[in-house]
Amino acid sequence: MNRLIKIIYNCRQATFLIEKKQLTELTTKEKMELRIHLAGCSICKIFQRQSILINGMIKKRVQLDTESQTELDEDFKIALQEKIDQQLNQN
Amino acid sequence: MQNNKQAEMPDLPELTNPRQWVCNYADYLYCYAIIRINDQEQARDLVQETFLAALESLSHFEGKSTEKTWLTAILRNKIIDLYRKKSSGLYSQNEILEEEHEQQDFFDEQDGHWNNAYRPQEFAAAVENPLQHKEFERVLQGCMNKLPNLWYAVFSMKHVDEESTEIICSTLKVTPANFWVIIHRAKLSLRACLQKYWI
Repeated sequence: MNRLIKIIYNCRQATFLIEKKQLTELTTKEKMELRIHLAGCSICKIFQRQSILINGMIKKRVQLDTESQTELDEDFKIALQEKIDQQLNQN
Repeated sequence: MQNNKQAEMPDLPELTNPRQWVCNYADYLYCYAIIRINDQEQARDLVQETFLAALESLSHFEGKSTEKTWLTAILRNKIIDLYRKKSSGLYSQNEILEEEHEQQDFFDEQDGHWNNAYRPQEFAAAVENPLQHKEFERVLQGCMNKLPNLWYAVFSMKHVDEESTEIICSTLKVTPANFWVIIHRAKLSLRACLQKYWI
């Protein structure tokens, strides 16, 4: 019970669990601890919302960029092609 | 001379055509690298190294995967080597100590409460329209680049690549307990940085 009291008021531990929860399944005990904490802590609720937003933005970036938004500059590509051709021609 | 080269062409494995690599994959590989290392110069270097390494091992390419998958795997190994290199050594240790020191003030040492000055608040600006998304992304990248290299590597392998915890731990030589500490701390730093600069 002592541990439970501690976690209810412990934002450091709660934010730890918020991070863990987004990546893996929490234990039943951890779930309960986090639920109780968040029910009473509006600050950690903000933290959780922002943490989820950050993770979402990173996922989105991975999807968008594989559809190619960023491009190498042409000069670099031409020089690179030359290097490759050179290498091929040596063989 | 030119004719000789032409004559040699058929010797290349037909499965792959290096003369088309830059045209077909350079931008893709560059994006792949940029997302994972957030550094244009290093990303460019890695793309170049990838192609040159691939040329060296052309004879090993058996066509079991596509050219693109094969090249991406080579690049990926190079990125991980870079993560390892950057997150080892004294400099890396020191930047972690510095950042941990910074975070000491986030919570009350005794009861783990948020200290007033570091309490998360709603972000000053919204993240709704595409322009805001783009801008938020830019600030987020800047904040990621401020992370200690080891934290960056752990965070990126987990959140960008969704790599398994076991593999991250063995690759970057961190214990599972330390892995979770880093995941937590990296997010604390990132969020605090966004609070400061996303305005």
